[in-house]
Amino acid sequence: MSKSTMSARFRRVDVDEYDENKFVDEDDGGENQLGPDEAEVDSLIRQGNLMEALHAVLKNPPINTKNQNVKERAEGLVLKVLSAFKSSDIEKGVQSLDKNSVDLLMKYIYKGFERPSENSSAVLLQWHEKALAAGGVGSIVRVLTARKTV
Amino acid sequence: MSLYSFGLEPLSCHTWNKDRSQIAVSPNNNVANIYEKKGKEWVKIHELTEHSGRITGIDWAPETNRIVTCASDRNAYVWTLKDGTWKPTLVLVRINRAASCVKWSPLENKFALGSGASIISVCYFEKENDWWLSKHIKKSIRSTVLSLDWHPNNILLAAGSADFNCRVFSAYIKDIEDKPGPTAWGAKMPFGEVLLEHKDCGGWVHSVSFSPSGDQLAWVAHNSSIGVSDATQGKEVTQLTTNYLPLLSVLYVSPSEIVAAGHDCCPIQFTYKGPGALEFVKKLDIPKQSSKTSMSAMQHFRNLDKRAIEEDSNELGTIHQNSITQLCVVAGEKAKVEKYSSVGLDGAMVMWDFKVLPCIPKK
Repeated sequence: MSKSTMSARFRRVDVDEYDENKFVDEDDGGENQLGPDEAEVDSLIRQGNLMEALHAVLKNPPINTKNQNVKERAEGLVLKVLSAFKSSDIEKGVQSLDKNSVDLLMKYIYKGFERPSENSSAVLLQWHEKALAAGGVGSIVRVLTARKTV
Repeated sequence: MSLYSFGLEPLSCHTWNKDRSQIAVSPNNNVANIYEKKGKEWVKIHELTEHSGRITGIDWAPETNRIVTCASDRNAYVWTLKDGTWKPTLVLVRINRAASCVKWSPLENKFALGSGASIISVCYFEKENDWWLSKHIKKSIRSTVLSLDWHPNNILLAAGSADFNCRVFSAYIKDIEDKPGPTAWGAKMPFGEVLLEHKDCGGWVHSVSFSPSGDQLAWVAHNSSIGVSDATQGKEVTQLTTNYLPLLSVLYVSPSEIVAAGHDCCPIQFTYKGPGALEFVKKLDIPKQSSKTSMSAMQHFRNLDKRAIEEDSNELGTIHQNSITQLCVVAGEKAKVEKYSSVGLDGAMVMWDFKVLPCIPKK
């Protein structure tokens, strides 16, 4: 069997890109989403008001934006707040959130698992346990099925 | 509630005849079996073999006693009982992908078929040429149609689809029926007209169900949520996210109560009282208390050593041991369902009683 002398580059073409009926998500115009307010959250952390910091960092999630930097900044900020909590306060923090916020927190937690740093996984696991108790497996399903996420 | 096991294979779909003495099920293959109730057992009396692909939907029309089956072989057959055997008639559905679901209309003069071709095929019988014809609804559907339900007026059709949308179409066929009067969903209903398109249901819409009056439409989506659109309130949508695994089937059992079931293997009751008032009521399966069989100390430590487990139970606490795929009304009219049935991936069919507890008015 001799090897074909013609180029095999065609095998690397993504045919789905050329499909006329390809499903495209609607563009929700999220270019103006900036994520949670860094200054506000930082000052709340410095004041030691961690509950308020948690609520503040879960505001304005950069869900619709395609800008990866905004998303990464938001994730970093959330991680900062989550790490600042004492282990014993995590449960109270989760209890103070409403249903949608628990779902959003789960999204940030799983995003944080994607790029583990020094101590992040341990902190995130503690938060995951409490968030799971509050949101159930449903909240994890919503992390998996969300088309637009943080 | 009572359980009957039809074997080890998952039951893809099921449907009842008019007096509920016979049930048609498909054990996840290309054959549909009809069982008849004999005492406490279900005995197989017919086998419907004509499909070459896995059967994805069966529906039994109670009054005209016809069965329609659809399968992944892109075909649908209408079966009529002649001289004690079921004879199939091919329906020209003209789809180039697998069929996913099928439902007779309330008056049984037509049926709707959903497919992976992003098309709904509404089929009716044409007497002149003695065959089943179909008309296609393609408008705005962009992925597989996962579920269908007819409005009581025999014209409107709800469709849940894998493109995360839930829609209500008009399936008015002027050759076989009169022009419909206006409903809460709209007044102009030419064939294929979209009367509701809810764009972001959060996930694949696995199942849809109209309320008994047809004024509300409930659906369940893959993001573990249930939604209701209320035509009497400007088609306003109320959505409720649940803490459970995604629901796969939803059924209205009274004007305000909804039963849904899915991957958690347990039917759940919800209530809808108006926009913003969609609430979880309770789980309808009372988990049996795990009987602590007296295990000797030796057994206990052996289990711990060999399998690292403390209890010896592999069973779920619910009656169904695997996801529930379909719910169906068994007894009671649509507005006052008294019994409903569920089939699941565990090959079991369970009959459930539904009781509406009397409402104690708040003082």
